[in-house]
Amino acid sequence: MRSLPAPFHDWFAARGWSIHPHQQVLLDRATAPATLLVAPTGGGKTLAGFLPTLVEVAGGTRTGLHTLYISPLKALAADIRRNLTRPVEEMALPIRIEDRTGDTSYTKRRRQRADPPHILLTTPESLALLLSYEDAPRIFAGLSRVIVDEVHALAESKRGDQLMLCLSRLQTLAPGLRRVGLSATVEDPGAIARFLARHPDPCEIVHADPGPDPDIAMLETEAPPPWAGGGGRYAIPEVLAEVRRHRTTLIFHNTRAQAELFFRDLWLANEEMLPIAIHHGSLAREARERVEAAMVSGALSAVVCTGSLDLGIDWGDVDLVIQVGAPKNVKRLVQRIGRANHRYNAPSKALLVPANRWEVVECQAALEAVKAHDLDGDPRGPGPRDVLCQHILIAACSGPFAADALFAEVTSAGPYAALSRPEFDACLDFCATGGYALKAYDRWQRLMLKGGLWTLRDPRAARDIRMNIGTITDAEMVKVRWQNRMGGAPLGEVEESFASTLTPGETFLIGGQVVRYVGLREMALEVTPAPGREPKIAVYSGTKFSTSTQLSQRILRMLGQESWPELPTATAQWLALQREVSRLPAPDRLLIETFPSEGRAHLCAYGFMGRAAQQTLGLLLTKRMEEEGLNPLGFVSTDYATLIWGLDPVPDPAALFDPAALREGFDGWLAGNAVMKRTFRNVAVVAGLIQRNHAGARKSGRQATFSSDILYDTLRRHDPDHLLMQVTREEALRGLVGFGRIEALLSRVGPRIDHLALSRVTPLAAPLFLEHGRVPVDGAARERLVEETAARLMAEAGLG
Amino acid sequence: MNGYGFDLVGARLVALPSGALHWPEERCLAVSDLHLGRSERYARRAGALLPPYEVGDTLARLDADIAATRARTVICLGDSFDDLDAGALPEPAALWLTRLMAGRRWIWIEGNHDPGPVATGGEHRADLTLGRLTFRHEARAGAAGEVSGHYHPKVTLAGRGIRCFLVDGARVILPAYGTYTGGLKADDPAFCALMGPGALAILTGQVARPMPMPMPRGRNGK
Repeated sequence: MRSLPAPFHDWFAARGWSIHPHQQVLLDRATAPATLLVAPTGGGKTLAGFLPTLVEVAGGTRTGLHTLYISPLKALAADIRRNLTRPVEEMALPIRIEDRTGDTSYTKRRRQRADPPHILLTTPESLALLLSYEDAPRIFAGLSRVIVDEVHALAESKRGDQLMLCLSRLQTLAPGLRRVGLSATVEDPGAIARFLARHPDPCEIVHADPGPDPDIAMLETEAPPPWAGGGGRYAIPEVLAEVRRHRTTLIFHNTRAQAELFFRDLWLANEEMLPIAIHHGSLAREARERVEAAMVSGALSAVVCTGSLDLGIDWGDVDLVIQVGAPKNVKRLVQRIGRANHRYNAPSKALLVPANRWEVVECQAALEAVKAHDLDGDPRGPGPRDVLCQHILIAACSGPFAADALFAEVTSAGPYAALSRPEFDACLDFCATGGYALKAYDRWQRLMLKGGLWTLRDPRAARDIRMNIGTITDAEMVKVRWQNRMGGAPLGEVEESFASTLTPGETFLIGGQVVRYVGLREMALEVTPAPGREPKIAVYSGTKFSTSTQLSQRILRMLGQESWPELPTATAQWLALQREVSRLPAPDRLLIETFPSEGRAHLCAYGFMGRAAQQTLGLLLTKRMEEEGLNPLGFVSTDYATLIWGLDPVPDPAALFDPAALREGFDGWLAGNAVMKRTFRNVAVVAGLIQRNHAGARKSGRQATFSSDILYDTLRRHDPDHLLMQVTREEALRGLVGFGRIEALLSRVGPRIDHLALSRVTPLAAPLFLEHGRVPVDGAARERLVEETAARLMAEAGLG
Repeated sequence: MNGYGFDLVGARLVALPSGALHWPEERCLAVSDLHLGRSERYARRAGALLPPYEVGDTLARLDADIAATRARTVICLGDSFDDLDAGALPEPAALWLTRLMAGRRWIWIEGNHDPGPVATGGEHRADLTLGRLTFRHEARAGAAGEVSGHYHPKVTLAGRGIRCFLVDGARVILPAYGTYTGGLKADDPAFCALMGPGALAILTGQVARPMPMPMPRGRNGK
């Protein structure tokens, strides 16, 4: 066992602290090439990660960069810097610690490149940018350790894939580099370890004491949850009472729009003026930082928040977490619960607030899963090739490279360990020539082979490539700020699609305030306060998580019960009513209801496959209906069902579910649908085919820009096997689209498809009518509607 | 041909579903904003390597329209090339264009993207008057009998953007014909200054369909 050097020992002793066992293990294993620490929040995880670094650098002879710390959040990097600086100053250690994110000033970033600190705290994107500079080899030459925080969260996204590619690059620049990953409790630590370690190095997994089980329950309310809808506003009196009873409460919501609505109504009811703030990813940085600072100083009773507070920052005094809306995923719920009570060995306290009666069922199932330690998660496939394309372009920015060497490097990254040479070469060809079947760019290749090394043809391209670094491709956002005469301070941002529906004078809700849209100025929405007006609600389509397979199965098993004594009466009655007028879905059967409503024929399929797969099912079914001449108009999906409406009723829905035909439809479905086009756009941005739109960079001449949909259609017609079409298809197959879940459902269900033709909407289908995210079907029926609408408008205008 | 016929200062014109304008009496076909060579220009300027299929795609549609209308005169209303250097099309495309131009009058009107002659045959004009109609790139306020392009008008209907003609008693503005072109919504203030009351938007697509031109929101019946 390695003992702590004297200053550390004294520092711990002066606080009456002793080193945690897992901190000691990491110290003992300081020389291991890769280690993964799995620990609950509050377990001294970060210090465990940094302790070996502090001990190594404390000697004072060290110059240059020693440790790189990567976090998925900018705020976390800044927070860790503050937390680390304190012990370093108190022990008077000669260690320089700095953070570097998109928010760091230009001068500081330049200085950091010339004279790096001992410990640099940064994000995956800032690291990728650093690696794109010509002086990257000098900056990183002496790097000894890299700490990847919240590695479980990064491992679920392309950001993590990009980070692992960057680590493979770092390992070449600093061959002795050791890796440490810090993870929350996950269902498959082995997968995270393989993701993190240099392939094929081993990676030891260290488990910290998980602490006591959480104290978790459903919030009991006087008013029952509404039949449909989201937001949980019915529960506001009880939520306020809980806020009053606790020191600091985090109130989690699944979407920003719901957080905004809840926050507004919470304040309407907050007669005692309890200090309650709101925090989500679309608020201006200044606003978020104010909330974070107030939180740290203990000035707030509660914060209404979204996933923006899922990770990282140690809030210290939080003693209650309230989750509003179904948690969708048991693992994330457990991690959110962990935000409460950061003191080790004290149980976290959490309350669930289902937003409607359906979610009561899901919350109950999630509660039982948490108690049973039944975590969920779907394994992720190999690293996507659009991320690799970006990595190749970044490599070219930093200097000429040999294909063989880069291939060897790339396949040492966990997510790309199984990448074949032809796949790599296709990505390289895409970066160099566009990779088209029609060779058109001989003169204008992006990368040229010179003396066996790949080089940028035109060094000016480096600027665009650097501007485009990163794999986060959110919907296009428009900034919102106060009108100039009111100071012009930023409030946050809304999606461009929402902004385009606004007309001057209309009001909407942002940051808990009702504001009036005045006009568009320098690509920002200018607003004035409009208190008391009934606002529009900004729609943030953002990521909507799918309910996990495990949780869905639990729900289906619950529905099979004779009665539901554990559920509130209203919910139990609702389920009983569904059983009476139709029937309840079951694990090994597929229930399909058809009924007329609002003058359209409707079909509802209860697949319980999660939102993404239900969405795909909607696409496939409407395509089949189109082929059968059934005139579908559109559909909407939730985690448990897909509702399709059209001009004609479907006489035999079971026939639509023929697996062979669905699979064939899936292969042929690339015929322009909205989800695929959205997927393509993200892939094309990540791979560097199109530039993401940077705030303020957009020109006013809108007719000059054309949408990525046109590129998608062009490729589909002329080059359907192009690399980016392949990646789009793959992406569609996994994450976003989840065709795998549809196949699993079909094989599980077999011929057990129950069709009930009913005369009106059923209790279980009713909530779907209020769902957002309706997808139009671009088919014969819509052509007919365009014709009818144009004719009607002509007639109304007296022009027919 | 699923076109939509209308009169402009006494000339009988047909808006074709492809976005081309046909003047049967003169056996004349007008198209606007082809933006040929756009992907090549991006690549030349060290930008993205876009799928290099748009020139062929645009020419294929133009070829079909010329064949169907048996046009003797073709007027390209400017921004035919994405810039002056883009006039040097790759050989197969250049040959295709030459074949289309052979045996008919071909007029290139200058646009802001191609403000001078390019290395292709045909006539190069700042504008052109043919009978009662004047063809130019960008509409001028107060003009009558004017055929122009430049703005790439489109409308959003039933949840999708559709390229459209804008027509009133004095002028017609053509949609962009090129594959790699975006659009400006027809309710943009730029259009209300130009289009008179009762203006129509004629949708492109499978059938050219008329509808009232959308007005900027909040200004209906201005």
